[in-house]
This record gives sequence, C-alpha cells and structure tokens, in this order.
Amino acid sequence: MYLAERGPDQAAESGDPSPGSAVRPGRAVRAVPATVLALGTVSLITDVSSEMVAAVLPLYLVAGLGLSPLGFGLLDGVYNGVSGLVRLFGGHLADRGGRHKAVALAGYGLSALCKPLLLLAHTLPAIGAVLALDRAGKGLRTAPRDALISLSTPPETRGRAFGVHRAMDTGGALLGPLAAFLVLGAAAEGYDAVFTVSFCAAALGVLVLVLFVPSRPTGPDTRPAAARDGAADGAPPVTLRSAVALLGRPEVRRLAVCAALLGLTTVSDAFVYLMLRHRLGIAEQWFPLLPLGTAVVFLLLALPLGVLADRVGRRRVFLAGHLALLAAYGLLLAAPAGPVVPFAVLALHGAFYAATDGVLAAAAAGAVPAELRASGLALIGTGQALARFCCSIAVGAAWTALGDRAVLRAAMAGLALCAAWAAYALRGREAR
Amino acid sequence: MSRRARVVALLAGVVLLGSVAFASVLHAAGRAGERDRPRPGGPSVAAGAVRLDARGAMVFRNMEWGPHRDELVSVPAADPGAARTAAPVRCLRFHAAAGVGVCLRKVDGALGESYFASIVDSGLRTLRDYPLAGVPSRTRVSPSGHLAAWTVFAGGDSYAGGDFSTRTSIVDVRTGALTASLESYAIVKDGRPYHAADVNLWGVTFADDARFYATLATKGRTYLVRGDLATRTVTTVRANVECPSLSPDGTRLVFKKRVAGLSPDEPWRLYALDLASMRETPLAEGRSVDDQVVWADARTVVYGLAGDFGADLWSVPADGSGAPRRVAGAALNPAYVG
Repeated sequence: MYLAERGPDQAAESGDPSPGSAVRPGRAVRAVPATVLALGTVSLITDVSSEMVAAVLPLYLVAGLGLSPLGFGLLDGVYNGVSGLVRLFGGHLADRGGRHKAVALAGYGLSALCKPLLLLAHTLPAIGAVLALDRAGKGLRTAPRDALISLSTPPETRGRAFGVHRAMDTGGALLGPLAAFLVLGAAAEGYDAVFTVSFCAAALGVLVLVLFVPSRPTGPDTRPAAARDGAADGAPPVTLRSAVALLGRPEVRRLAVCAALLGLTTVSDAFVYLMLRHRLGIAEQWFPLLPLGTAVVFLLLALPLGVLADRVGRRRVFLAGHLALLAAYGLLLAAPAGPVVPFAVLALHGAFYAATDGVLAAAAAGAVPAELRASGLALIGTGQALARFCCSIAVGAAWTALGDRAVLRAAMAGLALCAAWAAYALRGREAR
Repeated sequence: MSRRARVVALLAGVVLLGSVAFASVLHAAGRAGERDRPRPGGPSVAAGAVRLDARGAMVFRNMEWGPHRDELVSVPAADPGAARTAAPVRCLRFHAAAGVGVCLRKVDGALGESYFASIVDSGLRTLRDYPLAGVPSRTRVSPSGHLAAWTVFAGGDSYAGGDFSTRTSIVDVRTGALTASLESYAIVKDGRPYHAADVNLWGVTFADDARFYATLATKGRTYLVRGDLATRTVTTVRANVECPSLSPDGTRLVFKKRVAGLSPDEPWRLYALDLASMRETPLAEGRSVDDQVVWADARTVVYGLAGDFGADLWSVPADGSGAPRRVAGAALNPAYVG
C-alpha cells in the first residue's frame, strides 16, 4: 500500500507545477481511486500466493515427489493458446451485463481453489492439469480486472492507476519466493505448508476483492455503463458481434496491430537471460536471480512511467519502452566488457516492462468505449501475448539453426522496423 | 455493507486464514522434528567413518528417521540390512566409484536455495565445488573415477508455468576442466548432423574415460546416444531409451522404457539391452521405475521405488529372470564402492 501512498509525493517531487498539458484543467486528481488500490492489493496478495508455488515447484517435483518433470513444458503452447482464449471469453463475459467483478472473482477463486488441489495431485499429469486450471483462472480475471481499473479512474490519470497496480502486482511476485523459503526454513520439506499458506493468501485476495471492490465502478468514465442496465436508453446490447466489431474502429485496430507487431519482435524473457549468460558470461549461480533484476526495475519504474505516460502520452511511452528493449538487444549483441553491462541490460529490460505493460492497458482503455472495455482490453492484450508466444517459438527454432548473433540482429531489425511503423501509425492526437 | 462491517469481515478473514497458515507451518515443522527422532523397528544408524574405498561397502543416502536422516551411510554390500554408519554429508543425489564421489547438494541462502556439485575424495572431503543451474536429477562417476557427470532440471521459473529443460555437465576430476553443457556437443541422428532447439540430454553412464551413453530427447521422443569425449559428438543408437546404466563389463545396458498403453502416471518399465545384438529383454520388475539403476554386480541391478519412509532400494536380476527383492528400506542413490 505504501507505494500507492508515496505515489503523489514522488510525482510532486518530479516537479511539474502544472499537471501537464494532457490533463484537463481543474481536474488535477492526484489520488489513485480506492478501487484501484483494492485491486492492486488483490493482485499483490494473489501474486505472493502464486509465486510461492512457482518458486518451490521444481524442487517439490524433483526432490519432494521424485518425479522427472521433463516434457512438462510440452503443453506450454497449448496452455498459452487456451489462456488467450479464456482471456477473450472472460473479457466478453464481463462486458455482458457489466459483470466485471463477478468474472474477476471467478478467476481469482478458481486459482485459489487450485492450491489445495496441489496437495492432492502427486503425478505429473495431475499437477500439469492443476497448473493449467490455475492459468485459466488468470486468463479469466485479467481483462475484467483491467477494465475495472480503467472504469474507476478518470481518463487523464489512467497511466498512474495502471502504474500503481503493476507495481503492487510485481511487488507481490517478488515477495512470493521469499515467503516460500521462509516457510521451508521453518519446516524442512514442508511443501504442503507452502501450498496451504499459498491457499490462505489467495483466499485473502478473494476476500479483499469481495469486500473492497464495488460491483459497479463509480468513476467518471462510467456514464455509458449505466446504459448497460437496460436497452431502454437505446444503447446496443453487448454481443459477440459488437465485441468483434471493435476491430472496425480505426483507433482500436491500430493499437491492436501495433501491439501485436511489436510483440512479434519481443523475444521471451528466457531468451534475454540465456543471452546474458552466453554473451556476457554471467556465472551459473546468478542465473536464477536474473528475473529478479527485471522485476525490481519494473517495480520501481511502473508508477513513474505511468505518470509520465499521462503527461506526454501513453503511445509515446509505449514506443519508448520498445526503444529500451532495442537498446537491451544492442547491448547483448555488442557485448561490451564491463561489470555494469548485465545490470544495464536488466535495467533496460525492466524499464521496457514498466513502459509497456500497464501503459498499453491505459492506452487501450482510451480507445475502447466503456461498455466494451473488458472485451477491448482482452483483444489487444491477447493479440500481444500470442504474438510474443509466436516470437519465442521462432527464436527457439532460429537459435540453433543460425546462432545467437543472427537471432539478435534479426530481432533488432524487426523491432526497429515495427517500432518505426508503429510510431507512424500511432501519430496524432490520443483519444481519451 | 457498511465500511465498518467490511473492515471487521476483513479482520476476521485475516485472523482465520492466518491461523490456518500458521497451523500448517507448525504442523509441518512438527513433522520435520518428528523425522529427526528414531523410529522404533528401524535399522540402527550411528555416526562413524564412511569411506569410498572401503572393501565391499555400499554407500547410500539414509532416509531412515532419526538424527542422521538424509546423511550418507555405509553398510556391507553383502548385508545391506545391517547397522548403518553415517557421515554428516547431505546430498540430493550421490554416486561414487574408484574412491571418488559426487554429491549434488542444496545450500540455503538469503534469497532462496542454490545448488552445487561437490567432488569428494574417499574420505568425503570436498575437493571442488561447481555451481548448478537447477535442481539435481542424475549423477554418475566413471569406473576409473576420472570423470563425473550430472544432470539438473533448469527453468520452471515463469508464472505458474513449467518449461523444464535439462542441463548435463561432465567434469574431468583430475584437471577440473568442465564441459558445462553436453548440448555443445555435435549431434549425429540417424547418420546425419542434427540441429534442434528442443534438444535435452540427460542420464550419462560412462563406459570408460573416452566414451559414455546417455539419453537424448527431441520432438517428444527419446533416444539412446553414444557419446565420444574426444570428438565431442553424441550419436543416436536406438529410440525410446531413458536413463541407461552400463553393466560393469560394458556389454549390456539396463534402462527405463516408456511402454505404450500404460497409465501416464506410471509409464516406465525396466528393460535390458544387449549392445551386440540390440535385443531388448524386460526385467522381472512389474512396477514403473523412474530411476537410473545401479549395477550391484555383473548380474543384478538396484533402483529406488517410493516407500513408506521416502524410498526403498530394490534389486532384480538384469537378465529378465527372478523377482524383485527389497534390499534396504528408507534408502536412496546407492553406490557400490571398494
């Protein structure tokens, strides 16, 4: 919570006396809405819960159950596809009748229920099924949650709201492994205790959601939402057709295409970390800590870059984030000697996430009408995620055939081209 | 619901869930404490000298409850049920030959756990440590004691995801020279050079100081490969072979085979492969075995299966005859030394 409370001060220190040209005069709303803080808290607690499990899973499978988890990832592609479809489904379901909270609750609840199931699953297929269910829960809740964040926030501070949410989310992801190893430190081989504590955390997240997130967002952006309650106002009912018709809106289409194109040239985190080891010679024992480096930078920059996006434009910050990624690729390719280079790569990688993850959601929210908000966010987010997945498959295939330098060069060229095209396509005034 | 009611409900939830969480940790800690007390009826375990050059000895990980749980112990190979002599060395995986041992161990640090491979001498003193990139899976020492190999599972760090991959390393114990990943070896599959992103290699078993066998997996299939340290090449020999273990005379392998039509929970059976005729023989063990077997002598293999207290060691003749026999309870990762 303290992050969110510190937010306004930080912004004040960064010293722009007028709240920026992007903000309508007289609407210098600085505080982050209570609903966003509540959703951030839910995400924080839920991420502690899920990352606790993720941190001990390899050790549990191999040392605890004596299994060989190889080929566990064979289904990764299937999971990713299913997760994307579930996300679209969740978004659409949430828009029908404005059931954002109910659908998000179903998603968080499903993931929470998976934790006790882990206590019962002792074979690889069973554990794989539980993890797939967990992922389905995540897919289900993502779009309605982001829609709720955007619907409860004035348009001019959405970047800040998503920044606060992503920072809290990442904070939870960082605390999760620590919590897990604290439990294992107190109780040797206490994997069941880790899963039980993880369930308690997930259940607490669900409770916070139930108690502190309103069923009807009450932000200034919810005027059209009132129309959802009845066709009496003449608003068209939310149908699959109207959700698909979103792509007919030039602004939505441009954003979706840009996000997907840039996603196609965004190599997976795993590849970035492998390159750090291969090309910069990171020692083996540091390898598991590399994702931590990205996460810490993401945590620190999510709010400042969200605020910046509100001032100078979300698309600009979104594009700048990809330039940070381009710089990271460049450093990996040039591989200059020096102890700071790996830190610089991780900093750029974390900055990329901070400038793109919540910022894209904020930009997307501005392009999609309130009554189709969840569907629209799901559409743009899923397109980006699937594009990234395609990229990781292509990179995996190209790596052995062409070598890491060629892959990096190709990714750089592709990213530069896509970013240039996106800068052209996304020019002009941003819709609010 | 008023604000006050919601805060009260939240506090009640925090207290309730906090109590459940706390109780589960207490319970697990109590159980961990219980495992530190000897169990009536179990074999006696006492501290003493464990040597990897003792004649006719068998060294393994003792999983018997008591103060020496999960320490390395030594028993006479001819009488594995005898009292166990324990040394304060804990390994997640262990193997030894010719007075040289490999102990893959876990070290708890401030930011979680890290793993190391320790090469130990005949008195179990650490000669050299190598950091590992993941959770240990298999390890072997060559018959001469000159080479050691290990496999770890890396990955699985993504959100609720698991794309696990293996990393197999070989070290020359005499010089300390390390081949960090066998995936740097050239692969010859079905007579042709082979490249693929999804190659995994694991389960090395050494023939001598120049050649080894191992498992290669790609595109969802596994293969037996023969490895050559001088040419840094692995060559596929046969499909559907995992975790091979070479007989002392180097003529046969016992391996786990994924048998079609079995439950996906228990897919493996032990088979012997005659390397001259390439004939496979199912062993008399009817249960699924997920282990790289160890040869107790020229005729018998030993392997671990889940038991009441962790795992038990079982043996079965390597020619398909006879029946499985329990060798030792609460024991894992045996090595026949001396």
